[in-house]
Amino acid sequence: MTAEIIHITLLSIFVSISATLLASAMAVPLGTIMGLHKFRGKEIIRTITYTLYGFPPVVAGLIIYLMLSREGPLGSLNLLFTPTAMILAQMVLVFPIVTGLTMSSVSDVAKDVKETAMTLGADRWQTAKTVLNEARVGVISAVMVGFGRAIAEVGAVIMVGGNIRWHTRVLTTAIVLETRRGNFQYALILGGILLSVALIVFFVLKRYQDKGVRT
Amino acid sequence: MSHEIAMRCEDVCKSFQGNTILDELSISVEKGELLAIIGPSGVGKTTLLKIMNGLICPDKGEVRLMDDRLRFDDEADLGARRKMALLSQEPYPLSKTVWENVAYPLHLRDEDDIEERVEDALEHVSLMDMAERNAGTLSSGELQRMAFARATVFEPEVLLLDEFTAHLDPYNISVLEDAVEWYVDEKDTAVVFVTHNLFQAERIAHTTAFLFDGQIIEKGTTEEVFEEAEDERTDAFVNGEMVF
Amino acid sequence: MFSDGEDRGKKIAVVIIVAILIITCIIAWRSVYSGDELILATTTSTYDSGLLDEIVPMFEEEHDVRVRVMATGTGQALALGERGDADVLLVHSPEKEEEFIDSGHGNARYEVMYNEYVIVGPSDDPAGIRGMDDAEAAFELLYEEGATFCSRGDDSGTHMKELDIWEGADIEKDEIEGSDRYRSLGQGMGDTLRTANEFGDAYTLADESTYISLKEDLVELDILVRDEETLFNQYSVIPVSGARNSETAEDFAQWIVSDEIQGVIDEYTVKGERIFTANAKKTI
Repeated sequence: MTAEIIHITLLSIFVSISATLLASAMAVPLGTIMGLHKFRGKEIIRTITYTLYGFPPVVAGLIIYLMLSREGPLGSLNLLFTPTAMILAQMVLVFPIVTGLTMSSVSDVAKDVKETAMTLGADRWQTAKTVLNEARVGVISAVMVGFGRAIAEVGAVIMVGGNIRWHTRVLTTAIVLETRRGNFQYALILGGILLSVALIVFFVLKRYQDKGVRT
Repeated sequence: MSHEIAMRCEDVCKSFQGNTILDELSISVEKGELLAIIGPSGVGKTTLLKIMNGLICPDKGEVRLMDDRLRFDDEADLGARRKMALLSQEPYPLSKTVWENVAYPLHLRDEDDIEERVEDALEHVSLMDMAERNAGTLSSGELQRMAFARATVFEPEVLLLDEFTAHLDPYNISVLEDAVEWYVDEKDTAVVFVTHNLFQAERIAHTTAFLFDGQIIEKGTTEEVFEEAEDERTDAFVNGEMVF
Repeated sequence: MFSDGEDRGKKIAVVIIVAILIITCIIAWRSVYSGDELILATTTSTYDSGLLDEIVPMFEEEHDVRVRVMATGTGQALALGERGDADVLLVHSPEKEEEFIDSGHGNARYEVMYNEYVIVGPSDDPAGIRGMDDAEAAFELLYEEGATFCSRGDDSGTHMKELDIWEGADIEKDEIEGSDRYRSLGQGMGDTLRTANEFGDAYTLADESTYISLKEDLVELDILVRDEETLFNQYSVIPVSGARNSETAEDFAQWIVSDEIQGVIDEYTVKGERIFTANAKKTI
């Protein structure tokens, strides 16, 4: 049983960290660009991004299931009921959150930092890097929130993963299963493990965040 | 002063939301010249500095740095912008140490000798002992001095200062003024500084220009402008009266 | 740029690259196995009995196949079969199974095992159905007495059986569902039992195996009615037509109705009680 708990925990960590990293790798640059520049339709895109924060995970799961299903457009990739599908589902949910929060953080500092960087001789690329560095605290918060979303995800992950023992069962889906079976104590223990994992990840990220603000 | 024109504005016009701020304004500054721009609040002094720095695009007119015409395009003007510095009233400290803040422009330009040059810049503003402090913890006087070091470490040809000693105590004011004068005398930097403090203008500026009604009403040596103003509006302003 | 930023930038890049590599490896590794994989969709009550956890590894070893067991609702299991996302089904809804076969989604239906549904209710039995052996008559009495009834309400095998009984008792679906004593929960068996337990005065239809496994928590509820005929709960295995792995799916069906496995099913107990009776037809 311990072996199973370890497997479930490691899989949860792997899936959620991968999803958060991959989504952030795209979301942070996108959010930075959006926060830095004015462009036509900026307000509309911002509103859409915020709306997607509340995207129902089960719906996201259903959509991805339909796409990965054998009858679906991506059926030939054979990705249904695999950890990869779970990572994809979590990425879809994490992406708008990290984009939106990054955009907000960058917007906050953009004007002052941009002016400072440019008057000191930064080119566009250097300005963007400097702005991002200054918005670091907010951006890392964005990634934290994204990770929180990913690791707590259940609805989408059950749909595209199938909660298959030893294969696609993670902490959240195992909790659902054990609760259904009436093993409340076991479910609570798994919940405790999940919270501990989140705590460790946030602790590490926070150290990273503080590094930019030495005293 | 070397009588070589460092920067020139020709017939610059700028309006904001229907209000004309600058109206065919022309001004030039030579290398090694310390030019003060005085005038009532809100008359467009900051706007003029930002146009000179290439940050704001004028509606009409030309700005030249040496012989380079500013195109008011971020990428195209990069070379020119790297030879200038603009110091605002409330500078932004990057979230690093004082040392790293001052080294920042040199890293941007990928230059060498960073240690030596940063040290020099910090010494001119008496900030060496705070080099390892986080820039966010500085007092306003220390911050302004750091910003000055940051803006001069790469030896710009033109230094634009926007009320750079406003709200500072006498010690900080004197440190900064000494530093400015040093750069002007030793490095032939052209300095344009905007100030409300007429005493300061009288104290350090070689030349003074009075900006009013979108125009440079008068420009001459500081002594001339303050003692023997040609225009009655200049005369009124330097004597502390309202100008119309 | 800045030495600080450079190190940080490198670290981030390394982490991302490692993550991507790991994922690629997993995808590659996974696809090596896809040929030898069998996806079995079954219902939550079947899965929760634990029987599959015991017998599936035996099949995996014998046939050198990885069996992925998914527990969903009856409706979803059949939908997965229709879409070809599952290779073989183990469900207990004879009517829906026939439909599935008739519409060409399943090759054949092999009966595997059975157990019983039971009508459970409060120990003090206000409606007075304890000991009856006719489910339809019991339901009729519950309706007349205005007893509270909890329904799974989720189109599961159990729910379908419950609706059949109401029909058999000549009580219209609309009538019963419109009654304010009828709680349609849309939940699984375990949750439904627990909810009925919480109400304290509610009756419900449950499969015996789930009831047995949760008995300790269900202090308010007792088994009140057994009816061998009406409350018969037949489990069948159906290899899906055109499945990815139809040969193995067929193998699985043959294997689960084989004498050996039938014997194992018969001897399977939960908390000391047998919960399934193997009843595969002897003919192949």
